[in-house]
Amino acid sequence: MNWVLSNLDTIWDDTVAHLAVAVPPIIISFLLSIPIGWLVVRLRRPGASRVSSGLGGAVVTVAGLLYAVPSLPLFIALPGIIGTGLQDPVNVVVGLTLYGLALMVRSTVDGLGSVDAATTSAATAMGYSGAQRFFRVDLPLAGPVLLAGLRVVAVSTISLTTVGAVLGIQSLGSLFTDGIGRNIPEEIVSGIVTVLVLAIVIDGLLVLLGRAVMPWTRKDTTAKRRARRVLQAAEATS
Amino acid sequence: MITAPKLRAGIAAAVALGVAAALSGCASSSPLDSGASSSSDSKTIVIGSQAYYSNEIIAELYAQVLEKDGFTVKRNYQIGQREVYLPQLQKGAIDVMPEYSGNLLQYYDKNATAKSESDIASALEKALPKGLRALDAAEATDQDSYTVTKEFSEQNDVTSLSDLSKVKETLTVGANSENQTRPYGPKGLKSVYGVTVQSKAIEDSGGALTVKALKDGTVQLADIYTADPSIKANDFVTLKDPKNLIVAQNVTPVVSDKVDDKAAADIDKVSKVLTTDALIELNTKSTVDKEKSSEIAKAFLQEEGLL
Amino acid sequence: MIIGQAFAWVVDPTNYGGPDGVQARLWEHVWISLLAVLIASVIAVPIGYLIGHTGRARGLAIALSGGIRALPTLGVLTLFGLLLGVNLQAPLLALVILAVPSVLAGAYAGIESVEPVTVDAARAQGMTGWQILTRVEIPLGLPLLIGGIRAAVLQVVATATLAAYVGAGGLGGYVFLGLKTQDYAMMLGASILVIALAIAFEIVFSVLQRAVVPAGVAERSTRRHPGSRERTRTPLPEGTPS
Repeated sequence: MNWVLSNLDTIWDDTVAHLAVAVPPIIISFLLSIPIGWLVVRLRRPGASRVSSGLGGAVVTVAGLLYAVPSLPLFIALPGIIGTGLQDPVNVVVGLTLYGLALMVRSTVDGLGSVDAATTSAATAMGYSGAQRFFRVDLPLAGPVLLAGLRVVAVSTISLTTVGAVLGIQSLGSLFTDGIGRNIPEEIVSGIVTVLVLAIVIDGLLVLLGRAVMPWTRKDTTAKRRARRVLQAAEATS
Repeated sequence: MITAPKLRAGIAAAVALGVAAALSGCASSSPLDSGASSSSDSKTIVIGSQAYYSNEIIAELYAQVLEKDGFTVKRNYQIGQREVYLPQLQKGAIDVMPEYSGNLLQYYDKNATAKSESDIASALEKALPKGLRALDAAEATDQDSYTVTKEFSEQNDVTSLSDLSKVKETLTVGANSENQTRPYGPKGLKSVYGVTVQSKAIEDSGGALTVKALKDGTVQLADIYTADPSIKANDFVTLKDPKNLIVAQNVTPVVSDKVDDKAAADIDKVSKVLTTDALIELNTKSTVDKEKSSEIAKAFLQEEGLL
Repeated sequence: MIIGQAFAWVVDPTNYGGPDGVQARLWEHVWISLLAVLIASVIAVPIGYLIGHTGRARGLAIALSGGIRALPTLGVLTLFGLLLGVNLQAPLLALVILAVPSVLAGAYAGIESVEPVTVDAARAQGMTGWQILTRVEIPLGLPLLIGGIRAAVLQVVATATLAAYVGAGGLGGYVFLGLKTQDYAMMLGASILVIALAIAFEIVFSVLQRAVVPAGVAERSTRRHPGSRERTRTPLPEGTPS
């Protein structure tokens, strides 16, 4: 405990560096997944039993395979593909965005795909244009499921960022590599605890953001129940 | 008209933008650019260190002495191995780097035959590329060594590397993975001492994991740096190297052209007081007392009257 | 091109053979991954079945799983390495702990996915609790269990690469050796092997997952009428690829 108290500034520095690398991928992967999800749902043939069939299905499968790629090898392979340096933080950000996308696309597809056809028809009947309908009807209805996916992406990204430390990229993972070199278990434990705290805090912030942006979910309504079911099924086979 | 949906969208967008802006602000000011851009300010000296706590302490010694003399110092520590930071040093992204003479020489000149401290120093002068120069070496050495437990040494009557060839059991060396490609690694042991060893890669630079592996008997030899306090603490025996397979590793500052004579003189002040025993003391403060490199450096410099 | 060099490294026969050859490391990697998941399954599957069948302690299980999933794997590996040393136990223990949440979730989600109507029907037929578990819930829950094991295997294969940092061997050894000596071809080649291994496992397990769906259920799904909500059979993979 003494070590932690006297090294708070190091922990703080590493936390700031960590967030700088971890937060952009969360935001970017969320934003990118929406057009991709829209496209996949759009390509679904009417009457098909599964969302993931045809070209849309291929996109979802590729996303799933991307998720199977282990992180350290991906961070190492990326410089050859996109031309960044190995120790360039941009490299890690791109890698984390890819993982975020892999997780998020599935969630976006599920969310947008679960919007009731009757509701969207009603919206079109009322005179909404395509874009208006998407932003005013589909997206808000898919909101809880998207939020559930975003929370998973956030926690995953924050944890995954630490891997960059073995490549020399500063993050909370640096507490692990330094701790093992100097034989200071307290340092490693403080890193683990900080990562967990960060994940909890950001998860909480996302929940609050969700409540602010989607006030209709504040009560325990069908939307919330649906989102919870998706989350539970998600927890199951991951 | 600001409707409820627009308000909600506005909140979400504002939060996202705010977070992104705050973090990009943090990112540009935090030392994240590991060499992607070269240092902009001509009065700022960038000091780097290896991903090795002892090296960071030495770098901090240089940094604080330079700061006392009025220089602006930017720290870029824990960069990684030689193969990563030397190009950055040559590019001008880093200005000062604490180095180890023998390994540095062998990096630039794989066929170097210099063994003694002075030979290495003069060979280094010739081998370093344009734009880099080595300042005076310190007396302190921190070299790779092949270390065994006291029991192993007594049981097999082994006190030097030349005694190893008579040991019957299979020998495994615990060391960083790059040991396998270094001249003093398994290849060197075979050609110079006729000893065949296997390698077990443990990436903690002779740290706690390697020490534990040696104590547990998972490895019989370990590459533990000579300034590591764990050698004395565990009563280990460092095998002698009569044929000088492992060349001397004096702590040598390597600097870019940006470092002028005034700065060089400051760094020399540190080199003059850095003995091997002093280095072991500094290392002990880091691993046993778990102090920060900045505090260790400050205390040492104050003791020596340099701060 | 660096990718070409990486592939050249992978197929270079001189890299194979000997105790440190690629095939030895590949085998180490596969073996430690499967062993970790096996041990995790032995621990987690009975507990998961119990939770799913009795419905108790679910909240606790979810919270614990969530907590373990958020753990940074490098931190767990280094901590265990520091406390337990470089023999195989430390990384194996860390890998087992990281694999448990996925297997546990797969087990209880599988049991819970059985519709209450089916369980009631079984009970009405006079089956005991144990019979319901073994004859109805477990077989119907197998696909989700396999899904959980599949996620665990992926997680472990990825983490085993990192485990080389604390001396565990496996393909990660080449990754770190290449990193330390700036031999990008080796680093990339080993990375490609790990990726290929992960994808191979992914394919094997997804086939297995489809194969264990009981015949009656599979037939029923294809006759499902359009418009009904699909059950997400391969839902959102949570947790870190690590």
